[in-house]
Amino acid sequence: MRVAVFIAALLAAGGAFAAEPDELLADPAMEARAEKIDAQLRCVVCQSQSIAESNAPLAKDLRILVRERIGMGDSDREVIAYVVERYGDYVLLKPPVQGNTIFLWAFPALALAAAAGGAFLFLRSATQVPAAAAPLDDDDEDAVNRILDERG
Amino acid sequence: MSRVVLLIPVLLFVIVGAFFAWGLTRDPSRIPSQLIDRPLPVFEMPAIEGHVEGLSTDELKGEVALLNVFASWCVSCHIEHPVLMRLAAENAVPIYGLNWKEKPGDGKAWLDRFGDPYTKVGDDQTGRVAIDLGVTGAPETFVIDRDGRVRFKVVGPITEQYWAETLGPLIEDLRRP
Repeated sequence: MRVAVFIAALLAAGGAFAAEPDELLADPAMEARAEKIDAQLRCVVCQSQSIAESNAPLAKDLRILVRERIGMGDSDREVIAYVVERYGDYVLLKPPVQGNTIFLWAFPALALAAAAGGAFLFLRSATQVPAAAAPLDDDDEDAVNRILDERG
Repeated sequence: MSRVVLLIPVLLFVIVGAFFAWGLTRDPSRIPSQLIDRPLPVFEMPAIEGHVEGLSTDELKGEVALLNVFASWCVSCHIEHPVLMRLAAENAVPIYGLNWKEKPGDGKAWLDRFGDPYTKVGDDQTGRVAIDLGVTGAPETFVIDRDGRVRFKVVGPITEQYWAETLGPLIEDLRRP
């Protein structure tokens, strides 16, 4: 009897403080979609984590929200748009390609192209055979001979 | 010519370095609000336990007002609360409260103990209204204009200095016809 009461109390406590397993959607396919979305959304409290990784209360609220939207028939894109509308592009861990981020996305390619171009120019100039030296004129010839003589 | 080429990496370093140095001066916890110049999202919050009236969007129209996100578990709210009390006592601006993710009863206990600066308080136990508002933490305060549009968001506590230098003048501006 005592054990039964204890277990019942534990179960009741579990209900009061909704633990992470309580967030899960019953449908595994939907839950898989939700988890994929969670991984793309930044937790705005602890900003280097996604809401999937964070244990901040706000992240939990957002995970529940994601599942609710999926349950209401939203597509993945619509769920993400819903959150972005409220928190801005900042919640996307992967920034979208658009006007103000084009430099961010293009920079690695530009840097690589610049480095490749620089390397090409450098290597080409390094492998070029130096032009044959012009023959010395008489004055220079005399100067050379004088120096060589002085050194014995 | 080749000397000049050698300077290019140094120049690039300076540009990138300056960019990063500027980045260091920015506070990443201040996420720009998506609501600026947009109407306040529609909500209908019930009263907190022990109060009679809740808070809905329509009540935040007609007058420049503040919507303050607070909770008894929020540490910085302790710093902010006396300032809100003073503003309320002086009728400086109507302040509405969003009691965020509070256990039933805790909100009222907080207001009973430290005073109630709010014209009305809505209970957002699930945090859903806060998400609609793009709230990232408490305290946060939205400045709402006459037409019910959000004009500004304060992240963190309103201090006396912040009121005097920033928020007070802003509200004066918004009140001008």
